[in-house]
Amino acid sequence: MSHGPAQDKPQVIYLDNNATTRVAPEVLEEMLPFLSEYYGNPSSMHSFGGKVGGKINQARERVAAALGCDPREVVFTSCGTESDNTALHSAVSARPDKRHIVTTRVEHPAVLNYVKLLEQQGYSVTWLPVDKHGRLDLEHVREAIRADTAVVSVMWANNESGTVFPVREIGAMCREKGVPFHTDAVQAVGKIPVNLKEFPCDYLALSGHKIHAPKGVGALYVRKGMLFKPFMIGGHQERGRRGGTENAASIIGLGKAMELAAAGIQDENTRVKALRDRLEKGLMGAIPEALINGDPVNRLPNTLSIAFMYIEGEAMLLLLDQFGICASSGSACTSGSLEPSHVLRAMGVPFTYAHGSLRFSLSRYTTEAEIDTVVRELPKIVARLRAMSPFSADSETEGQHKAVAACAVERSTE
Amino acid sequence: MWEYTDKVKEHFLNPRNVGKLDDANAVGEVGSLACGDALKLYLKIDDKGVIRDAKFQTFGCASAIASSSVLTELVKGKTVEEARALTNKDIAGFLGGLPKEKMHCSVMGQEALEAALKNYWGEKYVAPTGEGELICHCFGVTDEQIRRAIRENDLKTAEEVTQFTKAGGGCGECILDIERLLMEVRGEQAPAEGVAPVAEEKKPKRLTNIQRMQLVSKVIDEEIRPSLKKDGGDIELIDIDGLNVVVSLRGACVGCPSAQLTLKQLVERRLRETVEPDIVIQEAQ
Repeated sequence: MSHGPAQDKPQVIYLDNNATTRVAPEVLEEMLPFLSEYYGNPSSMHSFGGKVGGKINQARERVAAALGCDPREVVFTSCGTESDNTALHSAVSARPDKRHIVTTRVEHPAVLNYVKLLEQQGYSVTWLPVDKHGRLDLEHVREAIRADTAVVSVMWANNESGTVFPVREIGAMCREKGVPFHTDAVQAVGKIPVNLKEFPCDYLALSGHKIHAPKGVGALYVRKGMLFKPFMIGGHQERGRRGGTENAASIIGLGKAMELAAAGIQDENTRVKALRDRLEKGLMGAIPEALINGDPVNRLPNTLSIAFMYIEGEAMLLLLDQFGICASSGSACTSGSLEPSHVLRAMGVPFTYAHGSLRFSLSRYTTEAEIDTVVRELPKIVARLRAMSPFSADSETEGQHKAVAACAVERSTE
Repeated sequence: MWEYTDKVKEHFLNPRNVGKLDDANAVGEVGSLACGDALKLYLKIDDKGVIRDAKFQTFGCASAIASSSVLTELVKGKTVEEARALTNKDIAGFLGGLPKEKMHCSVMGQEALEAALKNYWGEKYVAPTGEGELICHCFGVTDEQIRRAIRENDLKTAEEVTQFTKAGGGCGECILDIERLLMEVRGEQAPAEGVAPVAEEKKPKRLTNIQRMQLVSKVIDEEIRPSLKKDGGDIELIDIDGLNVVVSLRGACVGCPSAQLTLKQLVERRLRETVEPDIVIQEAQ
């Protein structure tokens, strides 16, 4: 499916779907009546509001069906961040005597920064490392869990590298030791099968706009029987677990998006994965001194994080933008910080590569023609920037720079 | 996405003077792969000390590439002495400004130019990190580099120092040192207990009107005018009203696209250095 059909708009090749996704037409269609004629408050006693409440219940059932859980275990939130924050807040508030948290160095800021806040408040935190492919060592997790651990929080799949973590095994360990387990599944939902029946997890966060629902809506799974402390205090909405009038149209959109995501898992793991592999093979074949960030085997089917030596990510992104190609980078210059992404650094990606990293994330709307355009244009962009770089292969001080690069590799693996 | 000016975009997409200059007699190289940006500047300077050609190689973001490109444009045709007066503000100014987080790209240009000119004079090139006490270990920034950035760019916070020098942008352990340097340079009193008190900088004595007039006239006649005359230009002192110095450009300086730069970066800067730090230059209407 092609994007940007209007002739006065530039053609867009959108390969930044781990950042956000377009709203699916089917989702929009379900939402529209609830942005216009059906505007009743779902908490009202009259039937006009009741119709909206009924659709929210339908959305809850759809989310539950896609996750394989009970609808009563689904709490609607404003986003993945709120879901993560709520899970952690609830876990530590419900067990105030437990003052230790286990998480990883590569979590999304929604978890990372909330745990840092708890650390400042006196909690002890074990920050689990990852290897060069972004993988966790299960033994590290096992060793980290203590008698005073309040919660273990490990993401299902990493948003940058795409590496999928062994959450089932981690959840089983937690259950064995009686410690609550939270997983940030924002990137996993819709890309790999998520079935919470018999799955050992207590809290799970997801976000609407990563699965073709609109921005501003998310959900938190809370296993029945778990102690729960609300993060948003207010009215009786969400059975008292999250105050505030519901974002009805978006919740309805999320319900439809979850239904579509569950139905699309097969496509994601066959056609979309094949397109990702075509992109990876095309770029690796055409561009020397490139490397793939992430687990070669257990990786999200839509994600390719690739790094090119001697050049910088922002410059590549802006030149790709000239062709309407949207991607993202883990380089320092795209974020305003001065060091590459915390994920790439935790993986020990050498600075020589980390600065030149790009992330392509595909969706159900990505086409072969779009992938071929990237494979055609990006090698020229890399060559152009390398020709401008003092570290290019024909530089008279190439040997010296190779030594610097080797030093960087050594440093990163220390 | 960063908000870049059209000029930054233009110089990034169509950089001028890219590549090596085989017959360069001045080469300056700053930055590193680990730091995320690097610039190698090549200059060809003739026997009269005029920069006849300039080229660059840059590893870095759009701002770094645009800053390098505009630097080569700025130095071409200038004498070595004129080039020495160029600052990171000139580079950023010619680009119509840079996002504050990217100001270090313009500083990298200034440092590469200094390194190249040192190389031209036959001085052994010493990387900026080799001068002074190392403050930021992540990015190899010294106290001298930080002091200079504070003075030349009127920096007031540690965050601004990071934006201009990268110091403090890594692990952040040097932030307290940066704040100490800020207090020293800006002559502020240390507010917190446990921080060593810093000797207050001796403030220059305020000049009388007559002293100021005499000194301004002297510097213009003896330093600024001869410099402008070398390029066929001239300057006339019109009036002095307190700290406001009103001048008029003459000769080749009239209508020159760099007239405002000349007024601010040559005339005003020199008068601030030699007469009083608060002097403001105004062009006669």
